[in-house]
Formats: sequence, C-alpha cells, structure tokens
Amino acid sequence: MRRLFATVGRLLACLLLAIFLLFPLYYAILTSVQSGTDLFRVSYWPTNISFANYSRLWQEQHFAKNVLNSVAVSTCVVAVSLALAIAAAFALSRVRFAGRKMLLYTILGISMFPQVAVLTGLFEMIRLFGIYNNLAALIFSYMIFTLPFTVWVLTSFMRDLPVELEEAALMDGISPLVMVVRIFLPLMAPAMVATGLLAFIAAWNEFLFALTFTLSNETRTVPVAIALITGASEHELPWGGLMAASVIVTLPLIALVLLFQRRMVAGLTAGAVKG
Amino acid sequence: MKRPSLSKERRRAAWLFLTPMLMILSLVAVWPLGRTLYFSMTNATLVDMEHFTFVGLSNYLTYENGRWYGVLSDPQWIASLRNTLIFAVVSVALETILGVLIALLLNTPFRGRGLMRAAMLVPWAIPTVVSAKMWSWMLNDQFGVVNDILLRSGLVSEPIAWLADPTLALASIILVDVWKTTPFVALLALAALQMVPKDCYEAAAISGIHPIRVFYRVTLPLIAPALAVAVVFRMLDAMRMFDLVYIMTGSTETTATLSVFARRELVDFQDVGYGSAASTMVFFIIALLTALYVVAARIDVDGRGR
Repeated sequence: MRRLFATVGRLLACLLLAIFLLFPLYYAILTSVQSGTDLFRVSYWPTNISFANYSRLWQEQHFAKNVLNSVAVSTCVVAVSLALAIAAAFALSRVRFAGRKMLLYTILGISMFPQVAVLTGLFEMIRLFGIYNNLAALIFSYMIFTLPFTVWVLTSFMRDLPVELEEAALMDGISPLVMVVRIFLPLMAPAMVATGLLAFIAAWNEFLFALTFTLSNETRTVPVAIALITGASEHELPWGGLMAASVIVTLPLIALVLLFQRRMVAGLTAGAVKG
Repeated sequence: MKRPSLSKERRRAAWLFLTPMLMILSLVAVWPLGRTLYFSMTNATLVDMEHFTFVGLSNYLTYENGRWYGVLSDPQWIASLRNTLIFAVVSVALETILGVLIALLLNTPFRGRGLMRAAMLVPWAIPTVVSAKMWSWMLNDQFGVVNDILLRSGLVSEPIAWLADPTLALASIILVDVWKTTPFVALLALAALQMVPKDCYEAAAISGIHPIRVFYRVTLPLIAPALAVAVVFRMLDAMRMFDLVYIMTGSTETTATLSVFARRELVDFQDVGYGSAASTMVFFIIALLTALYVVAARIDVDGRGR
C-alpha cells in the first residue's frame, strides 16, 4: 500500500516538475506561430498557425546576420581557448613546480571576476586596438571566462589519467610537446568535446560585453539582437517576433545539449564535485 | 628512479605551455582590472578618457559642504546592494532546497527517469536572454499567461503588474533565476547523491530508521561538501548578476543589482570615475566573500584528500 502511494506521489511530482520546466518553452513556441491580433488573446492550444513572425525576422531584422555573428564568435573563442587550455592543463596537472597551487588558485579567482569590474579597462583597451564595434572585441574579451573554465575542467580531467602513460613515453624519450599531442590529446578528446560545448554555450549566451562593445546590427550577436527586438509597427506587440527569434536560437541549443548531455554533465560536475 | 635533467626539462616545458594562456589572461583580466581601479580614482568621462585629474578616493566616499558624496553614500548604490543581497540569498536558498529535493526524486531508478533528466536540462540550455524574455511575456500584466491562469482560477480579481511593482519585480526575477538554475544544482546534488554508498541506506532500512531521519543523519552530511561548493559558486554568481535584471527590468533603480548600477553609471551616465568606483566595489565584495570562503573551507586544490 505504501508502495502505491510512493509511486503515485512520485508520478505526480514528476508531472508537476515537467510542466514547470517545459511549459515556458511550449508557450514560446505557441506564441511564435501566432501573429497580429491573435497575440492579444491568451490561448493554450495552437489555433491559427502562421509563420509570419519567422519570415519577418529573416527579411527585415537581418536576424541571420546576428546568428552568423554569434556562431563566428563562439567558434573562435572555443577553438583558441581549448588550444591554450590543453597545454596549460598538462602543465598544471602532470608537472610539479613551485607556485603551481598558487597559480590554480589565481585562475579560479579570475573566473570569479564580475564582468563589470573589467569593463572600464577593457573599453579603454578595445578603443586603443581600434576594435570597438568589431567581433574581434568580443572574441578577445570572452577569454576572461572561457579560459579559466576550460583550464580548470581540463586540468581536473587530466589529473585522473594514469601516470603509466608518461612513464612509457619517457622511456621512448619523446619531448613533452609530442607527448601532449600524440598521447594525451586523443585520450582527452571526450573531455575536450564536453568542455568545448559548455564554453560554446557560455560564449553564445554572453550579454554584457556584447551589449557594451557593439553598436550596429552588423556586429550584434544573438542575445543582444533578441533583447532589442521591436515590433513591426507601434501598434503591434513585439512578442510574436521575439518568441520566434527565441525559438530559432533555442531549439538547436537544446538539441545539442540533449545529444551530449552525459558528457556535459560530467564536465560540469567534474569542476564542482571533484574540484 | 629520479632523473634530475628530465624533471628540469619538464618544468621548463610546463612554463612554456602555460605562458600563452597566462599572457592572454593577464591581458584580458588582470590589466583591465587594474585600469578600472586606476580610473576609479579619477574624474574621467567616457567621451574623453585621456584628459582627467586624479581625485583620490572621493568617488568612493568624501565629505564636502556638510554632505557625504561618493558611491558608498549613494542611496541608489545602497539600494542596489540590498537588491543584490536579497536576490542572492533567496534564489540560492530556493535553488539549493529545490535542487536537493529534485535530486532525491531522481536518485532511485524508475521508468521515465531518463526523460525527466532530459527535461531538467531544458531550462539550463535556454539562453538567459530567452528565458528572461519568455518569462517577461508570461508575466505580462495584460496579455500574460500567468495572470490569465490566476484570474480564471479566481485566485486574484485583478491582473497583477509583475514587473512594474517594486517588490514583485524582484520576486519575478528570483523566480526566473530559480527556474533556470535549479536544474543545475539538482544535477550536482544528484551526482553527489550517487556517490553515497548504498550500504548506508540498506543498514538504515534494516534498523528500521524513518526515511526522513535517514536523510538528515546520513544523506545530508555525506553530500554536504559537494553542496557547499555548489552553494558558494552560486552565491558568487548571484552577487555579480547582470543579465536577468537588465533584460527584464532595464536599469530601473527598484531592481538594479550592483552590476547594473555600475554599468549604468559608466555607460549611460558616462561617468568613468564614478562607474569604475562602483565596479571596483562589486569586485571587492566578491573578493571578500571568496576570501571568507577560502579561509573557512581551506580548499584542497591538489586533489589530495585532507
């Protein structure tokens, strides 16, 4: 009898939880396929489905450019971060040297920086380099959170690799660089995929720097574009187009996360639980 | 077997591997932080950042003509500090409690557990901007779904202005943050729970101890270390939060957090000196909290258990 209560209770809890988690997305999709006056009425089921919001996004708002910008920035940031991080992770996890502990502390500390705290300094530097309102400014400034994160997680993973690998390599007399590329890199591939994806999502979602360092729609990334979406005219609510943009951006991300969920969760928990 | 020349070569290689990363990190984090600190002691403006005078600590606090001036005496800054603290404490507390509860729910295998785990990742995968906009739309006072449900079910008689009312606005922001982040905490708690050896539960079941007692006496102490790390990271994240507040309620004073205040001074009012002082204050507060945690917990970074 107690068993039955427990099962029913669990079912109810799961149902409520699932509704709470998924309803906002469902409603966003619903809103995105309604247009004009339909938005002024609240509905819970799709009534008149229209893709006008989506077509307007593409034609008038040049949303495609924003998506391309985000893809370009995020990909570059992740590529550079991973390259730098894998080398740094090797040094931090496999070699004992003076100051290693302090360095790890400092890198962790940097990941705690509030982004506002470097805003003035970065603004000055970006103006100096002449890359204001340029994607390069974003690629550069995003390093402040992708580098510490990738270094930390990759170090954590690398630490767990067996020592025997290196001993075998040492006997063959190969240099550390070759050792990293030939031996560690293939083994770290899953961890790098997970970390890369997490860093990609972080770069994709970044808002403050993207808002402050870009000016025109040509250089805007997706988050800023979405935050600034306005309606087709003064009389129309912007929410239809807003939800359409949101859906376009969100569905691929969700698909990515669900596809790689086990790896990514491992990456996240490695940083925090083991860490 | 010790080979001194080899370990020296390894150490040199290690520093070589570290240098590119360290260089970029110094350029993008350490130097700008220093510059912000420097500018906080000047009266520079955004329009002209090259001609300014040094004003010492007067952007922070100064007493002139019988009145206090400076960020620390600014009632709006103090309000933003209050907002930030309320946001951080309430949202982290809710996320931790709900996260642990959800983790407990998902700890035992049952049919559909994989689906639930996947569903949990959805709020986390959605970009913050999108979450903020989605919920802003649902909380819209005239056409929003939430008000519609409340009105139809008779729980309220008038539509509620979720984002306009000062108290409710902060509550709405906390709601969205909890919605977005509880899955993350739940996943961490789940990982910690699954590292607890099953024998503990079996022994407790045999002894006939009530499940709630088992939770408090056995489970909670075992997952406390991992939870503590999660709580600290979440607190530090919440204290520096910008995106949610800015997107849902703009830069208005009633809900501004420390970061929103600092950016408003810097970019909207173009006061580089004052804005940098506010930015530095955010940094100091976070640094203080971090230092407190490190002292309290003595993080073991080398992976050797203490």
